[in-house]
Amino acid sequence: MKFLPLIWCNLMRKKTRTALTLLSIIVAFVLFGFLSAIKQALAGGISMAGLNRLVVRHKISIIQLLPESYKARMEKIPGVSLVAHQTFFGGVYQDSRQFFMQNPVVPEEFLEMHPEFVLAPEQKTAWLQARIGAIVGRKTADRFHWKIGDKVPLLSSIWAKNDGTRTWEFEIVGIFDGRDANTDTTPFFFRYDYFDESRRSGWGKGQVGWYTIRITDPDKSAEAAKLVDAEFENSAAETKTEPEGAFVQSWAKQIGDIAMITASILGAVFFTILLVTGNTISQSVRERTGELGVLKAVGFTNGQMLALVLAESCLLSILGGVLGLGIAKLLIARGDPTSGMLPRYFFTNGDLCVGMAASVALGLVTGVFPAVQAMRLKVADALRRI
Amino acid sequence: MNESGRNDGKAPLVEVDGVEKVFHRGEEEIHVLMDLHLQVPAGEFLALMGPSGSGKSTLLNLIGGLDRPTRGTVRVGGESIDALSDRHLAAWRARHIGFVFQLYNLLPVLTAERNVELPLLLTHLSKAERIRHVEAALAVVGLTQRAKHFPRTLSGGEQQRVGIARGIVTDPTLLLCDEPTGDLDRKAGDEILDLLQALNREHGKTIIMVTHDPHASARASRTVYLNKGQLSAEPVK
Repeated sequence: MKFLPLIWCNLMRKKTRTALTLLSIIVAFVLFGFLSAIKQALAGGISMAGLNRLVVRHKISIIQLLPESYKARMEKIPGVSLVAHQTFFGGVYQDSRQFFMQNPVVPEEFLEMHPEFVLAPEQKTAWLQARIGAIVGRKTADRFHWKIGDKVPLLSSIWAKNDGTRTWEFEIVGIFDGRDANTDTTPFFFRYDYFDESRRSGWGKGQVGWYTIRITDPDKSAEAAKLVDAEFENSAAETKTEPEGAFVQSWAKQIGDIAMITASILGAVFFTILLVTGNTISQSVRERTGELGVLKAVGFTNGQMLALVLAESCLLSILGGVLGLGIAKLLIARGDPTSGMLPRYFFTNGDLCVGMAASVALGLVTGVFPAVQAMRLKVADALRRI
Repeated sequence: MNESGRNDGKAPLVEVDGVEKVFHRGEEEIHVLMDLHLQVPAGEFLALMGPSGSGKSTLLNLIGGLDRPTRGTVRVGGESIDALSDRHLAAWRARHIGFVFQLYNLLPVLTAERNVELPLLLTHLSKAERIRHVEAALAVVGLTQRAKHFPRTLSGGEQQRVGIARGIVTDPTLLLCDEPTGDLDRKAGDEILDLLQALNREHGKTIIMVTHDPHASARASRTVYLNKGQLSAEPVK
C-alpha cells in the first residue's frame, strides 16, 4: 500500500495519455458487457435447460408440425416419465414490435414439466377453469402493466381462427415468476384445447410444434432419444430427439454461432487494447529510464522494479475494467433494448467475473515486457540517460 | 598501494583493493580503472578530481555498489560488496549508501517530501515514523517550508538540497556525491558545499565527492586525483 502513491503518480505523469488509454479500456469492457449480455440472451437458455428433459421435434425442421397423437405413443416408451407439447403461436400485442413468446400448452402437464415457472395454486386452479385463460411471466406483465383479469388481444401471423380473423383474445388468470434468477419470465402460455378448437380447419389442426419429454435417468438420455426416434421411424413425421440444451442451441444457431461471433469481436477488441495499453506502458517506462535508475540506486531490488511496473499496468487496466464493466452493468440493467426479442438479456455474475479476470490479465500481459525491461536495467547505464 | 590511496591511521571505512574496470565497445576493450587502491577512513570528506573520462564516476559507482569491478575488491565497512547478489546489493545500498547526483535526479511527479521519503519505503518504518524522518532530513537541509513543493517549482540549489535530504534520510554509512555543484551557480554551489561540510563535521558523515571544481575540492579534508584510470595525490599537469 505504501507504494500506491508512487504508482498512482507515475500513471498521472501524462494525464491526457493515461486518460485516453483508460477510456479505450473502458470502451472495450463496455463492449464486452454488451456482447456477453447478447450472447446470454441468444444462447443462455442452453445452460438453463433441464438435464432430464429432451425435446422431440420434426426431423426436417422445427417449423414442421408433429401429430398430437404422438403423445400417447411416447408415454409408453421405457424411461419416459412425462410428455408435454408446445406450439409456436407467433403473435404480437398491439404493435408488431411488441413481440414475446406465446405458446399454447396443456396446463397440468406443462406446469409439471416446467417447475422453473412458479405459479400460485389459486391461479393454477383459475387457469384450469377458464378456457381462454392465459398465464404470463412477470417481466412481460410488468412491461405491459397487465394484471389478473385483464383481457389481452394478440394478433397471430400464423394462426387464423375459425371465423377467419387472426386476433385472439385471452384473459390473464395468472402471473408466474421464475424459480431462479435466470429463468425467462417473458413467455405467455394459454390453453391448447381453446387453441386447437378455435384454429381454422386445415393446416395444423390436431398437430403441435414440438414435445418435451422427461426421462427417468438423465445418464441414459442418448438411449431414450434413440428409442423415441425409432418409434416414429418411417412415419410421415419422423422425429429428431435431442437434449433441451441442444434444442435451444439449434434455435440460437439460426442466427449464427453466437459464441464464435462474440469471441471473434472480443478477440479483435482486446488485441487492439493490448497494443494500445502495452504501448502506453512501454512508452511511459522508456521515458523515465533515468528515474528507474534512481529508484534502483536508492535500493529498489529487481523484483520490486518488476512489481512496480506490473502494478502500474494492472492498476490502469483494472480501473478501466471496473469502470467499463460497471457502466455495462448499469446500461444492461435498463433492460432488453429490442422490446422482447432478447428475453434473457442480462449481464451474469459469471460474465462479470470473466471480465474482471480479463482486466487483470490485460494488465499483466501489457505490463510484463516493460516490467522485465525495468528489472533488467543496469543502474549505472540508466543514470547516464538522465 | 598507490600513494594517493593511503590513509592516515584511521580505520578505513572504504577499501578499494586492486580494482580494474574494463568496458567493452564491440571488440574493443576500454580500461577505465587500472589496479586501483584507495582507503577512505570513516568520517572523512574525500574529493575525487580528474578530467572528463578519467573514471571518477565509474569509481564512485563501484564504491556505491551500482556497478561491479572487472577485477579487484571493494569493501565497505569490512564487507566485500562485489560478492553480494543483485538483491543483497540493492538491500545493502538502501541501508548504507546515500547518493547525491549532479542533476539532482528527483522524480518530477513527487513533491519534495515524497522524493525524500523514497528510500524509506524500503524500510519497515510506519508512515508516522517515515514522516518524522523526512521532516528531520528536510530540516537539516533547511527546506522544511518547501516540503509540499514539486521539483519544477524549486530552484536548482533547492532541488539539490532535496537530493541531499533524500541521500541522508536513512542515515547511511556513506554519502556519495557525483558533482553535486556541477549544475549550480557559484552561490548555490557554495551553499551546497557548506551543507556537505556541515554533514561531515557536525553529523560525522563520511563523504566521497566527485568534482571538477578545485573550489569545491578545497572544502574536502583530502583530495585525490584520477587520471587515465590511476590515482595520484597530485593533479596531473
